[in-house]
Amino acid sequence: MTTQRRGAAAPLVTLLLFWLVGYPLVLTLAEALGAPRWTLDHVLEFARRPAEWSALWASLWISVATVVLAAAIGVPLAFVFERNEFPGRGLLGTLVALPVALPPLIGVLAFLFLYGESGFVSRGVQALFHLAEPPWRLSGPGAILLVHAYSMYVYFYMFTRAGLARLDGSLLEAAASLGAGRARVARTVMLPLLAPALSAAALLTFMTSLASFSAPYVFGGSFRVMTTQIVASKLNGDTSLAMVETVTLALVGLAGLWLLRRAEGARPATGGVRGIAPRRRELGARRRWAATAAGWGLTLFLLAPHATLLLVSLVPRNTWTTEALPPVLSLGNYRSLFSEAQRLTPIVNSLWMASAATALAILLGFGAAYLATRRRDRWATAMEGLVAAPWALPGTVFAVALAAAFSVNAPWAGRFVLVGTAAILPLGYLVRSLPLTGRAAFAGLRQMDPALEEAAASLGASRGRRLYRIVLPQVRPAIAAGASLAFLAALGDFVVSIVLYTYDTRPISIEILSSLRIQEIGAAAAYGVLLTTLSAAAFLVWGRRGSV
Amino acid sequence: MADFLRLEGLEKRFGPAAVTRGVSLSAGRGEIVALLGPSGSGKTTVLRLVAGFETPDAGRILVEGEDVTALAPERRRFGMVFQHYALFPHMTVGGNVGFGLSGQSARAADTRGRVAEMLALAGLSGFEDRRVTEISGGQQQRVALARALAPSPRVLLLDEPLSNLDPTLREHTRRELKRAIRKVGITTLFVTHEQEEAFELGDRVAVLDRGRLEQVGTPEDLFERPATRFVATFIGRASVVPVVWDGGARLTDGPLWPAEAAASLAPGAAADLVVRPESLAFATAPRPDALPGSVTARRFAGRVAYFRVATAAGELEVLGAPDAAREGNRVLVVPAAGGPAPRVFPREA
Repeated sequence: MTTQRRGAAAPLVTLLLFWLVGYPLVLTLAEALGAPRWTLDHVLEFARRPAEWSALWASLWISVATVVLAAAIGVPLAFVFERNEFPGRGLLGTLVALPVALPPLIGVLAFLFLYGESGFVSRGVQALFHLAEPPWRLSGPGAILLVHAYSMYVYFYMFTRAGLARLDGSLLEAAASLGAGRARVARTVMLPLLAPALSAAALLTFMTSLASFSAPYVFGGSFRVMTTQIVASKLNGDTSLAMVETVTLALVGLAGLWLLRRAEGARPATGGVRGIAPRRRELGARRRWAATAAGWGLTLFLLAPHATLLLVSLVPRNTWTTEALPPVLSLGNYRSLFSEAQRLTPIVNSLWMASAATALAILLGFGAAYLATRRRDRWATAMEGLVAAPWALPGTVFAVALAAAFSVNAPWAGRFVLVGTAAILPLGYLVRSLPLTGRAAFAGLRQMDPALEEAAASLGASRGRRLYRIVLPQVRPAIAAGASLAFLAALGDFVVSIVLYTYDTRPISIEILSSLRIQEIGAAAAYGVLLTTLSAAAFLVWGRRGSV
Repeated sequence: MADFLRLEGLEKRFGPAAVTRGVSLSAGRGEIVALLGPSGSGKTTVLRLVAGFETPDAGRILVEGEDVTALAPERRRFGMVFQHYALFPHMTVGGNVGFGLSGQSARAADTRGRVAEMLALAGLSGFEDRRVTEISGGQQQRVALARALAPSPRVLLLDEPLSNLDPTLREHTRRELKRAIRKVGITTLFVTHEQEEAFELGDRVAVLDRGRLEQVGTPEDLFERPATRFVATFIGRASVVPVVWDGGARLTDGPLWPAEAAASLAPGAAADLVVRPESLAFATAPRPDALPGSVTARRFAGRVAYFRVATAAGELEVLGAPDAAREGNRVLVVPAAGGPAPRVFPREA
């Protein structure tokens, strides 16, 4: 319904969103420019330091290389699973997408235990060839790229599969009937039609890689990217420099977004006609075997890090030193997780903070979407932009911005001291979760036939009753999906936590890191398994309920 | 008939584009009025303004003398059937039909009774527990009607109620719809782009073009005495040829045909003759009012056929017996006795 009843709700929600999302960024920019003295000194200092330039360059080339690697793995994989029919295709196709559901830090941890200096693979190689030293060290840009490629090929895989499934088979047949061979059909028809999916995947991969913190933090060593550089400056107390770095990273993110959107806009629009997807190819016996074997092999390879995590979580403290395989396995690490208050605190913290952040993100995201989809004015545009903004900017940017905004007490300027309190982390998670719940709510509401609400209105239903009886049941699946993603993101968050946590509010990710530091790898792995299980459970429960 | 529903000078703009321009219309109690027009004529906007889903930039809507223009849709007590029905997919048939009743603080037993009554009216007795996604398109349409009528609305609004049904079902559903509306005796405004539908369902038909109300009248009025050139060409089939007004229609290099002027015309004024195929015939022998021409196309339609004839005055469509002529034949076109009088309109710029 487009009947506009001017109320205070839209301006209020816009203001609240701005306070949460826009205002900290504005304050960060102001601080980078030396407010209230307003000077370019910090910017010039940034420009003078070679280390800053090399971190910036590293962020860029790592992100571009990640896109290339992720595409090289994900696109062929999508073709294999979408265009061919072979036994186990359905199950394997789902398993292959698994890395996307895992918190980045867990992926890093699993890689460390499998391929790291003292991981299973290097120990195995060392034992096999009787080497005195581990054969390699998992560090530097190579290690970062390996983890990135492993966790981000899924974007290309999922988007390409969706694109292929949407493809109108009659277009391919039309090209073939005009005499085009398979290669030409692929190049001139299929590829241009897949371009939207591919560029969306590239955009997502680039932005995720640019924002990536866990892998560079754990594997980077002296090799710095912008996210780790910012946190290092912040921890060194070089606040102004950290602000300039944050603004720079934000600008790079926005520039990347703008460039890719522009490339998308320049492409001719593909027709809106949805045809029938091309039929899958039935493979011959030999190729069927090869495809099945390759599918299983690949899936095992992709799941190996998680199996490793599970195994390491069963290793009691100080029992595994030089052996190729751990000599003792027990559930001791899990027992201590729940019996020792010290170890239980991070779990409780993560759960309540993620729940609170998700609940608020649903409320705010849905509220903004509901108000914005019912009006066509500047408030609507502003609300949609603010809800989506945290998606376009790396988590480090928001973490630093929130730290800057809420470490000063100036209530008249909307600033309160929240840093160091229990409120700041849920607030940080909330900002990061907003695009997930908000965009889901926007999508759900836009898909809903507006006539349904109009019909309810014409039957005398008040606004509240329409919302409760008609709108909510319709958009519940979308909101549940968004909420489960938001909860997962908050539960596994590392990047915001490391900037804003206090000892009392330390979440699971921070505890994993401290366990690693003191060589309690079993405990770290147990936390990792717990986080993975909680994530999978949340994903299944909410995702399932939403789909009903 | 006293006005039960009155629309006064309704104006609505979306951005710079005016979608309705001063639409004024009234309907008596129990009357069915069809809003007929091509797509983009503003007919749906008029309906949405009446329903309250859009707010007019100017004008008023009155029901029994009460101004409802500023009233929210949920307070108007108007029932509406949507083009795609807008049935609530997460509720049963009974849940849908009863939705408008539960807000009226009615007792559960009363609600159940009313739902059953409405479903019986729609010919769907016993469908209460069916899912709306499991019933056919025709049944969905009837559920939508039952739902709209259940709370006893003051006015019923229908937005292209039959456009989603296949042609074989449409005619039957149209008759059922009319029967149900007549039985309830509710004042009804409905939108359609199909002339046949408007003529069968509507007591009166309002023709809209580019946001303007062109003419309101009975189907006979519109067909035989179209007020504007648009109505003359939009309703039924008609040929348009340039003429000079001379107390009749003087065809280019041709005879003077009897015709009515739709507006006052000065003798010698350039004008357009709008003539229906039924108003023309073929002459077998030369006559002073005959216009010679040749048949360019023939469309067979059962017991009659439509012939397109190229003449010096322009192309005309003539109704005749199927064997009256063949393509390429030279023929003589003359005014037919008994057809609707051809009408002359001032030449449009």
